[in-house]
Amino acid sequence: MKQRLKSYLSSQVIDALLPVFATLAALLVGAFMLLALGANPFVAYGALIEGAFGSINSIADTLVRATPLLFVGVGICIAFRGGVINIGGEGQFVAGALCATLVGLSFPDGPALLVVPAALLAGTFGGAVWGGIPGLLKAHFNVNEILSTIMMNQIAVQGMNFLLIGPLIDPVQLERASRIPQTARMSPAFDLPRLVPTRLHLGTFIAVVMAVLVYLLLWRTTLGYRIRAVGLNREASRYAGINVPRHIALALALSGALAGFAGAVQIFGVNFRMFTDGSATGFTGSAGFHGIVAALFGQLHPLGTIPAAFFFGGLLVGANRMQRAVQVPAALIVTLNGLVVVFVVSTELWRQQRTRRRLAEQTAEYEESLVETTASVASAGTEQGGNV
Amino acid sequence: MIGELFTAQVLLGILTSGIRLATPYLYAGIGETFGQRSGVLNLGVEGQMLVGAFAAFYTVRQTGNLWLGLLVAILAGALMGLAMAFVSITLRAKQGISGIGFFLFGLGLSDLLFQTMLGTVETVSGFRPVAIPLLSAIPVFGPVFFNQNLLVYGAYLLVPVAAFVMNRTTFGLKVRAVGETPEAADSLGVSVTRVRYITVTMGGVFSGLAGASLSIALLNVFQQNLTSGLGFIAVALVYFGGWRPWGVLAGALLFSMVNALQLWVQVLGLPIPSEFAVMMPYVLTIVALVVAVQRVRPPTALTKSFVREG
Repeated sequence: MKQRLKSYLSSQVIDALLPVFATLAALLVGAFMLLALGANPFVAYGALIEGAFGSINSIADTLVRATPLLFVGVGICIAFRGGVINIGGEGQFVAGALCATLVGLSFPDGPALLVVPAALLAGTFGGAVWGGIPGLLKAHFNVNEILSTIMMNQIAVQGMNFLLIGPLIDPVQLERASRIPQTARMSPAFDLPRLVPTRLHLGTFIAVVMAVLVYLLLWRTTLGYRIRAVGLNREASRYAGINVPRHIALALALSGALAGFAGAVQIFGVNFRMFTDGSATGFTGSAGFHGIVAALFGQLHPLGTIPAAFFFGGLLVGANRMQRAVQVPAALIVTLNGLVVVFVVSTELWRQQRTRRRLAEQTAEYEESLVETTASVASAGTEQGGNV
Repeated sequence: MIGELFTAQVLLGILTSGIRLATPYLYAGIGETFGQRSGVLNLGVEGQMLVGAFAAFYTVRQTGNLWLGLLVAILAGALMGLAMAFVSITLRAKQGISGIGFFLFGLGLSDLLFQTMLGTVETVSGFRPVAIPLLSAIPVFGPVFFNQNLLVYGAYLLVPVAAFVMNRTTFGLKVRAVGETPEAADSLGVSVTRVRYITVTMGGVFSGLAGASLSIALLNVFQQNLTSGLGFIAVALVYFGGWRPWGVLAGALLFSMVNALQLWVQVLGLPIPSEFAVMMPYVLTIVALVVAVQRVRPPTALTKSFVREG
């Protein structure tokens, strides 16, 4: 029995470590790519680790970089658990940041304790709307949410460009010839508290709390149960009386809400103003896509996403140091992130098969023990009967 | 002001650039149609296009040989397609997510290669317009339709060919059977795996071509994220076109015409913010998706991996 427990545990440990193996495999491929580009992989990865975790400041930077990934990733968990795929993190992030910026700029002299929470709420709302539209389209018109969320990304970016070049542009930029598309700086009173002298801000802690809350939502509330039920089996959920369309739309809206929150936190914690380089990436740093990677790495579990976001935040921060050390563009990390996604989903089947086999073994064991107990009870009965 | 758009010259201009701009959508969309009809959703089109675009551009930049560039793009696309096929068919990975993985991979890889091998945005002399004798002499419409480059002609030729292959050949029948009821196809001796491998790899080839059509025929440049969402739109066009080559053509034309209109709005300096003009095609796609899914039903086995029972 003890041995069985041990093998059971070790197989579960292997399953939990699969994403780590996938990442190691991606890093191995990356090592060959580095070699092909004429760089020493050890020096490159050494610089990467040094840049990500080498000092208090770099760890703080990693945490700051991980924050939007964690928000977005936790949101991705909700969507994927609800059986819908949210590729719209980028657009939801932008929509959230825009709404938060609007609130922040509208009340420059308001009390920070009122304005900042209101702005964060507005950002959450913006993201929820941007995710909720594809959600409603999916729920009521069966429009493929992957495609609609991607289109919503592009629409959000153009909306952002329009607002930042036009109505929201920094008055200072308006007077200059350069006309850099960015808003005015928020009132410094609104800046989220920082752990001086590092750049670590309150948003990181909020993100961790949010991950725990979403875990509780998904596994400890009726709403979360229903979302997961719809994700597992729409037909069965409908039969059980769950309003399936509503929960599909809700899953995407909640997912978007978290990405919107991330955008709002990015404004008040990191950039203090909104800016654009014409594309989504300029402002978001591709958080919408890297968040998916973090969520997959965390096995679509909000708590698993916490260390995953930290790890990928580290990769992204370290990539800059690597670029300086061995002159290999940081784009390598985007390539590797893509490979991590491919490898993780590729091993998914294997994991499922192992889980199924394990369950079958457990059932067989249980039945065996049942038979044994029944037999011993029966034999005890006959013995007793014999005695009487 | 808006009336300025409706002069003969501008309308012809929109038509000309619309026909040109449909090219990458056609290649990528037709390739994706075959993949989806066989039951595989390849969301990595964008990544495959980027890699194909870079491969073609770099080859032409180094050798000056356009056909070699095309060949390298095809090979790069085929490799990416084969990888997607292996992951989604043999390893039975979730297709939506693995496609995003390949998108990120292609996005990063093409950027990485661009920065290390080129560094700056350059131009090449790509495919030049070839006037078709006689036809191009037709007044007004001749130059619009029959003075394009070879890749544009190729894209439009591809549509009837693809429709024929899909509807009138044994291979097309197998593709459709595998995408509708793989179990039945399998029981009749059609190898579901082989058919899907062929369609997905072919999809990669056409995505590579689509990328090449941008980098060595339409724009003649390469830069980071050159395609900027074009590959995803191509996937949407497959839905819009009801999984039929002619439908994809209709969608591609509608889409590229709106795009061309948007360019002309900017050229003429009409009082519509250019951002809204750029936004238009994406809004249109969402509307088109809503309309399209009410009309046609997707292939039954789309995104479902096949396991022989037994």
